[in-house]
Amino acid sequence: MTALQQTTEVVDPVPGADAPHLPGQPDLVQLLTPEGERVEHPDYPLDVSDEELRGLYRDLALVRRWDVEATALQRQGELGIWASLLGQEAAQVGAGRALAPDDMAFPTYREHGVAWTRGVDPLHVISLFRGVDQGGWDPVARAFNLYTVVIGAQTLHATGYAMGLQRDGAESAALAFLGDGATSQGEVNEAMIWAATFAAPVVFFCQNNQYAISVPIERQSRVPLFQRAAGFGFPGVRVDGNDVLAVLAVTRAALAAAREGSGPTFIEAFTYRMGAHTTSDDPTRYRLASELEEWKLRDPIARLKAHLSRTGIADADFFASVDAEGDELAARIRQGTLEMPDPAGTEIFDHVYAEQTPELARQREEFVAYHASFEGDQQ
Amino acid sequence: MTETLTIGKALNLGLRKAMEDDAKVVLMGEDIGKLGGVFRITDGLQKDFGEARVVDTPLAEAGILGTAVGLAMRGYRPVCEIQFDGFVFPAYNQIVTQVAKIHARSRGKLPMPIVIRIPFGGGIGAVEHHSESPEAYFAHTAGLKVVAVSTPADAYWGIQQAIAAPDPVVFLEPKRRYWEKGAVDSAATPDPLFGSRVVRGGDDVTVLAYGPMVKTALQAAEAAAEEGRSLEVIDLRTISPLDLDPVFDSVRRTGRCVVVHEAPVTLGLGAEIAARVTETCFHSLEAPVLRVGGYDTPYPPSKLEEEYLPDLDRVLDAVDRSLGF
Repeated sequence: MTALQQTTEVVDPVPGADAPHLPGQPDLVQLLTPEGERVEHPDYPLDVSDEELRGLYRDLALVRRWDVEATALQRQGELGIWASLLGQEAAQVGAGRALAPDDMAFPTYREHGVAWTRGVDPLHVISLFRGVDQGGWDPVARAFNLYTVVIGAQTLHATGYAMGLQRDGAESAALAFLGDGATSQGEVNEAMIWAATFAAPVVFFCQNNQYAISVPIERQSRVPLFQRAAGFGFPGVRVDGNDVLAVLAVTRAALAAAREGSGPTFIEAFTYRMGAHTTSDDPTRYRLASELEEWKLRDPIARLKAHLSRTGIADADFFASVDAEGDELAARIRQGTLEMPDPAGTEIFDHVYAEQTPELARQREEFVAYHASFEGDQQ
Repeated sequence: MTETLTIGKALNLGLRKAMEDDAKVVLMGEDIGKLGGVFRITDGLQKDFGEARVVDTPLAEAGILGTAVGLAMRGYRPVCEIQFDGFVFPAYNQIVTQVAKIHARSRGKLPMPIVIRIPFGGGIGAVEHHSESPEAYFAHTAGLKVVAVSTPADAYWGIQQAIAAPDPVVFLEPKRRYWEKGAVDSAATPDPLFGSRVVRGGDDVTVLAYGPMVKTALQAAEAAAEEGRSLEVIDLRTISPLDLDPVFDSVRRTGRCVVVHEAPVTLGLGAEIAARVTETCFHSLEAPVLRVGGYDTPYPPSKLEEEYLPDLDRVLDAVDRSLGF
């Protein structure tokens, strides 16, 4: 074997599993099997009421309906691009519902499900992808930072925010979202070093959806991602990312530990991006259809529905009402998108600085005067 | 009260004052705590303000700036020390893609009152990456403000003003002048941070400089005076935004303008200033705006830095060429 062959050899990220992209090893925390059977885990007991279970189902279903509508809007030319969360609903809703109101979340650009749990209006996310703004929600009021597009940069922000919480004596935590690809970024590794060194109340929530656009996890890591945490000196745990109950339990525990001063945790939510990276992507160029079919059997919504049906916690009327609510949500998103006004041109000048500079004020005037010079022209 | 201080000591006292005035001010950097910084600018501050406010950070510049963003979101005013100019680049991503843009991205909901202190420029006989002048990279980035101090008084007031400013400020310290002395009146009313200043009046040629080159320009003016030439020297002080009204006033009188900086001339601050002076003072100019700066080479080994850096003679050579038109 040549050196080149050796370094490019694909390493099974899940030792012992027949299919390397499927979870199935003892390390995986699972509270709900793909068939919808409730199981217990000794380290992660979860006390959840029937109402909460129905609420989680509603979250998952509505977030997926929003996502489907946004993809359609992009295909119809109403959005420039859309980053679909299809398949990752449980990871996001579970993590989002684990947050306390005063905790602060730091998303990437795909955390629409977390946005939902923080009360962000879907149209305020849509506006970003329509090119109206860089995210229309108030990140302070919603305790949900604006989307960060440069991969991994937000993990440092979350860590610094957590250091601020420490200084304030606040009993809150920061939750940093990242993907499997981001774990290769230097800044993510720096964030974990800082978090460990200062025992910052931050939880790193990594959705390992198996691909960084086209590049599989094997190119990012030769060990399971959650095992990396040990090298930084804090716990790492792998959770079934398609199991909303397990994600909720694991993230709650990690946030509680952070708030109590026990420092960071790295959570690897093992999941799968069932759609494309974005609407500009074509996943058929880099992955097999059979892989997607296998993951459909692990669908995060179907398994909770099976559980709710089997146990009688929800009935057909409930599912029908959620479907109807989803259709109303989709209609509101569609109408809101189509009616969304374009921003005023002068907006680009207005928030560059807290204290406007004379030069930018001059450029703004020039911009206004230039555009005013066309007023009254025949079209 | 007026004291004679070095630039380094003035910065130290200015930082101390800012920390006394505002409990949200947090200093972050490599070796700034126990050691007091490799240039001792933060000497004694960790002892007096504690490890939570003067943070000896891990050796990771992106980490310093990235966590500063989070602290700023939490209401703190981080003051980040980059140990040497050439080490700012690992943090460049955070500075350009995050620090500079978050205010605009959030439409003002997330202010970023972060100060990035960078000892910059050459002339200290150092090894590679310890003598650079990266100001144009930052001046080219919307959302940042960039200043360079040249005197102990500006150092003392400037660092306090930068910390109090609501926007991110790249604060450039002329490292080879850290030990230069000057009067600092802590009871005075300081000039605004974002303003240039005429530091020597003159009639024949306007010479612009900032940071370490202000002293060089003043020395050139002194030498020129002995030959009967009157140079007006302006300390730009602020690089972004530029404050060129005093420059325009001056050039309208002199008709000639020379810009001096250590950074390479191509696409440096001198290029922008030349364009703006030409646009605004076209009919007053007797000669093209000339630039004196570093060559378009990597910063050289220190045995050659005196040839690389602008000095009194190269400034006077440019003055002669300007007057020759």
